[in-house]
Amino acid sequence: MTLDKLKMGRTAVVTGVRNQSTERRRLYDLGITPGTPIENVMPSPLGDPIAYRVRSAVIALRREQAQLIDVEE
Amino acid sequence: MSAHAETLNQCGSCASSCHHTAQLTKLGLKIRNWDYTVALAGNPNTGKSTIFNQLTGLHQHVGNWAGKTVTRAEGAFTLNGKKYKLVDLPGTYSLLSTSVDEEIARDFVLFGQPDVTVIVADATRLERNLNLVLQVLEITDRAVVALNLIDEAERNNLTVDERALARDLGVPVVPMAARRGAGVKELLNAIEMVASGQFSARPHRIKYADERLETAVETLAEQLRVEFDNLPNARWVALRLLEGDENIINAIETRTLGKVKEAGAFPSLVESEAR
Repeated sequence: MTLDKLKMGRTAVVTGVRNQSTERRRLYDLGITPGTPIENVMPSPLGDPIAYRVRSAVIALRREQAQLIDVEE
Repeated sequence: MSAHAETLNQCGSCASSCHHTAQLTKLGLKIRNWDYTVALAGNPNTGKSTIFNQLTGLHQHVGNWAGKTVTRAEGAFTLNGKKYKLVDLPGTYSLLSTSVDEEIARDFVLFGQPDVTVIVADATRLERNLNLVLQVLEITDRAVVALNLIDEAERNNLTVDERALARDLGVPVVPMAARRGAGVKELLNAIEMVASGQFSARPHRIKYADERLETAVETLAEQLRVEFDNLPNARWVALRLLEGDENIINAIETRTLGKVKEAGAFPSLVESEAR
């Protein structure tokens, strides 16, 4: 599944990032690389973006970014 | 606590000369005829500007949010008779993916040829910070890692084995709590050692084992050096070209590659840079 489907409070492991462009490079640079655990911490008031914890940092991703990230629970 | 006790031995091979008392004079904006240029790089919100102010005596705006420093700020200090120009760069996660502010940082580290690059890393989020550390070590061996927010890390029951880190990275690692001024003396020592060449770093490098890649990189790099007049870090640029990095391809097509933008948004910090 993709990261946008991950429920709040749940942790999954990144298996890959779709998209070949600079967007993938950016996500990699934020520490979202294959094998990394990622947790859905909480949604913003409007539900998008969502805060995720990855490598002890909390970062906000928009739904369209989260849709690029393949994860396995 | 051991983190602080061991800082003086950071330089390992140069332990004996590390114990002199540093003669620091904060020069603020008086940047003229400097002997060395020192760049401050690091992820956003790791304390670069706090360290900058500690060393220069300036009061650059310090804020606890990412993207606060969007351009370069410059200041100066003297240490043991040598003048250092210090350049505070915008925070960046990477030298590869770029927004405008990240580009400023990237271009300076790559093409500004600082004598020392201090990479400020957040000790509480070390793993994530190491991405940039390794990228910088790819392009320079004159680097120092400032392991900042070590007090926060201790509060969160994190201990960093900075000696092992220094050994693995091959550059000095200085634990700091810059807000309290802790580690500033040790950082200055490390900067001096690297700037003067007394400490020769052997940074961790990723090896490209495939001979075909090596040939391709060298061929391209050679052409780049000819085309762009002794471009520093031509190998790095060649790798980006092979990777298909659109920013770099664009910079080559428009011939803007290697041009370091002037500091702009802090007019008061822009001193005559005639050298």
